[in-house]
Amino acid sequence: MDWLFDIAFIRDHILSILIFLPLVGAVVLLFIKNNTTVKWVTLGVMLLDFLLSIPLLLNFDKATHEFQFVEGPVDWIGSLNIQYYLGVDGISVLFVFLTALIGWICVLASWKSVVKKVKGFMMCLLIMQTAMIGVFCSLDFVLFYLFWEAMLIPMYLLVGVWGGPRRVYAAIKFFLYTLAGSILMLIGIIALYYAADGTFSIPDLMEHKYTFVFQAVVFAAFFIAFAIKVPMFPFHTWLPDAHVEAPTAGSIILAGVLLKMGTYGLLRFSMPMFPDAAQYFAVPIIILSIVGIIYGALLALAQEDIKKLIAYSSVSHMGFITFALFLFNKNGMEGGILQMFNHGITSGALFLCVGIIYERTHSRQISDYGWIIRLVPAYALFLFFFSLASLGFPGTNGFIGELLILFGAYESWGYYLIPLLVGVILGAAYMLIFYKRVGFGNADSHHEQPEPKWKIWDLDLREYVALSTLMIFVFWVGFQPMHFLDIMHVSVEHLIGQITGVAESVESITIAAN
Amino acid sequence: METLISIKPFLAIITASLAVILVVASRKSPNIREFWSFLAGVVTFLIVASMIPSVLSGVNLEYTVFQVLPGIELKFRADPLGLFFAVTASFLWIITTAYSIGYMRSEKEHAQPRYYACFAIAVASAIGVAFSANLFTLYLFYEILSISTYPLVAHHEDKAAWEGARKYTVYLVGLSKTFLLAGVVMTYMITGTLDFQVGGIFTTDMPSMLVTATYIFILIGLAKAGMMPFHNWLPSAMVAPTPVSGLLHAVAVVKVGVFSVVRIMLHLFGIDVLSEFGLGLITAYFASFTIITASIIALTKNDLKARLAYSTVSQLSYIILGVAMLTPAAMTGGVLHIANHAFSKITLFFCAGSIYVASHIKKIDQLDGIGRKMPFTMVAFTIGALSMIGVPIFAGFTSKWFMAVGSLELGSTVLMLVLMTSTVLNAAYFLPIVFRAFFKKPSTSESFQKIKEAPLFVVVPLSITAAITVIIGIWPDFFLSIVDMIFKAEL
Repeated sequence: MDWLFDIAFIRDHILSILIFLPLVGAVVLLFIKNNTTVKWVTLGVMLLDFLLSIPLLLNFDKATHEFQFVEGPVDWIGSLNIQYYLGVDGISVLFVFLTALIGWICVLASWKSVVKKVKGFMMCLLIMQTAMIGVFCSLDFVLFYLFWEAMLIPMYLLVGVWGGPRRVYAAIKFFLYTLAGSILMLIGIIALYYAADGTFSIPDLMEHKYTFVFQAVVFAAFFIAFAIKVPMFPFHTWLPDAHVEAPTAGSIILAGVLLKMGTYGLLRFSMPMFPDAAQYFAVPIIILSIVGIIYGALLALAQEDIKKLIAYSSVSHMGFITFALFLFNKNGMEGGILQMFNHGITSGALFLCVGIIYERTHSRQISDYGWIIRLVPAYALFLFFFSLASLGFPGTNGFIGELLILFGAYESWGYYLIPLLVGVILGAAYMLIFYKRVGFGNADSHHEQPEPKWKIWDLDLREYVALSTLMIFVFWVGFQPMHFLDIMHVSVEHLIGQITGVAESVESITIAAN
Repeated sequence: METLISIKPFLAIITASLAVILVVASRKSPNIREFWSFLAGVVTFLIVASMIPSVLSGVNLEYTVFQVLPGIELKFRADPLGLFFAVTASFLWIITTAYSIGYMRSEKEHAQPRYYACFAIAVASAIGVAFSANLFTLYLFYEILSISTYPLVAHHEDKAAWEGARKYTVYLVGLSKTFLLAGVVMTYMITGTLDFQVGGIFTTDMPSMLVTATYIFILIGLAKAGMMPFHNWLPSAMVAPTPVSGLLHAVAVVKVGVFSVVRIMLHLFGIDVLSEFGLGLITAYFASFTIITASIIALTKNDLKARLAYSTVSQLSYIILGVAMLTPAAMTGGVLHIANHAFSKITLFFCAGSIYVASHIKKIDQLDGIGRKMPFTMVAFTIGALSMIGVPIFAGFTSKWFMAVGSLELGSTVLMLVLMTSTVLNAAYFLPIVFRAFFKKPSTSESFQKIKEAPLFVVVPLSITAAITVIIGIWPDFFLSIVDMIFKAEL
């Protein structure tokens, strides 16, 4: 794909292209009547977007923490000093890639399951894609906020129009929660604008120093916005509802990308701009994270609905991530960011798995299954590996993230291992129990296992492609995590420097010690 | 010790894993399926055996597959200790495959492709543990073993099987995902590496509290070793078909546990650290407690496999006890017992399975006079039992001999007494079975009269293992020479 970068226009405007290509696709869809063509066009646009994100990753300079592939700043609304300003660093580039990857998987996941208003659905997916990539690339706060809010409408529609029976309730709950957070963030952005002498440029705002009180107040406003998005305990209650009611693609986007927005916001804005406040609030946030880890895991343990189980497991896993990020050491931070990527892959894959079987049975009750291994062995194998990845089995991506987080936790305070390992073991418990129940069933004899009430068939080519792609990343990160960690190394070091004010001491045992 | 880069250790694991694909591919035709299992077993054994000469001449074979994180690699090394275990496990896989064919077909068990596939993964991961060059690789294969044996334990898919398999997972995965993982993290953070090295990677100038905590965590995490109070999964796992109990619970699973304990004692913590911080002696006392208590519990069991299970719990701690004494002779005895116990105990399990196949008897008090009906089986059983007790010319004698010498070297009356008491207890729970089988009047019931010796595929394997039990009892030189190599590097 590298030859694409030989074309100067593409090289210079790669981020804009990645962002607006899907939007252009959505406009093109307006003129297409045939549903099949709509699907193929959407798939083509998403695949092109994904292919373009590969040279972005390959040409990314790992040696600097500076923003790269920068476009702008171009004056947009000159009187308010609002600019069109894009760029990625070692943290955001991974999520641009993740979003581009998840995009076309979502199209595949909806290929057969969406039957009504196909065109509208695909347009929502494409607009979503534009907004999501835009969020990760924006270097101007207003631009960022624009993309951030732009995600809300298509997501609301995805859940509200194509969702399950309680879709309206779930969609409005999702909308209100997120909007409440966004408004707080908007106030924070305006406050920043005035505090920093009238600029919305994110790199400039990072350079500026703020008083501690200002930091604390604005940090709190931002934090609530991001904590709702993550979602952190106690702001998580919208998540299970949204997940359960959302169509498969909606769940995949939600788990795969949207949840990462919250932690990304913490990394991009809260930490470097308000370092003193971040350190001041670190312990309470860590405590909330631990509560989230355990609480989410316990709830996951009690679920009968597969989607709810994975939704609560997300609460637990995101708890690990926020925990790790607020340790402010290299292992923890890198583990947290890697785990964000991993969680995107794994939980996206799990929701895809649920969607695949739901297409056949229209049931999400665990007790309706129990014949998976016997009747759909290929599907069972994929589900098995994704479950293992989710519980952090060695050799999978989840293990590496977990290990780095544990390293970071130990480095920070040895006793942190205790709550984390309780979370780890609960994670293993609910995933293994879940797999045992859907895989083997619960009957007392193998002669009495429940038979499915529906016509069941194993994976088709479309599903193989989607699942195998995600599977590659499970083992790629699991065995060669350095490929991904190397990208973020320098940026993470820089970020830690911004927070603690000093560069990490060389002597401390860090993962980069070689 | 020289090292040579060679793909052989990795190749052995790959070959064993290949069996999985072949077994699944030929799941429709039982004969071809079992042929692949056999072939994989033989080839794996040959690869493992081909490493013996170079290891005996003092050259370790090493292979780094790739680096995962700095200081953490997927890396294999065939050193004397690992090879010792791998030879035992891969050889017994061949025998057990033969036995499985006899047993599973006579019992008309369901889901046989799954059974053979999981079996192959289990053996591959046992060999993986044996050749692991660092704690990361060991942890990887340790966990794969736990997961892959779950369907084997739960094979019958009835209430008891689910219950046993649940307990199995809770203990093995539960403890390794918490304590062992904590141990891995702490080891890496304290020493900056996870590599196994002769003499250990911990040093005596490290804070003793931390080292002790790490040691205890790892020891708890390695619940496969069956040390009390984390032994309870083993008797429950006896719901599995007998070949599983035989290979996995006399060789692969439990021995992986014990082997890992020995590995971390010798090559992670090192003898110096263990003796300096007094960790060896504590371990020895825990092991002693397990030996005696498990033997006493074994006495009370009327179910043959349950008695064997508790006997296993007790015998596993022999190995740990031997190594924990930290004297050359005792360590030699302990490590030797890995192989000696493997051959003897698998014979006993095979016999239990043979009796079950022929008569469906599970209880010891129904075995009266069965020796006349099943002479081969019961003679083999007697050999296994005598070896477990430690009677000369049988395998168990050599290891017990070395351990007794070790306890004298240490000058520890308590440990000597433990060895003697347990010998008496071993005799007390095994000899009555032999006595019943040969000297008590058989039941006159019609069903008992109809009992015949088990099929050839069952009897031949158990005769082979029984014969080997005698052979390595009389000529222990082969295994002894490998064990000598372990400690030549060590001392």
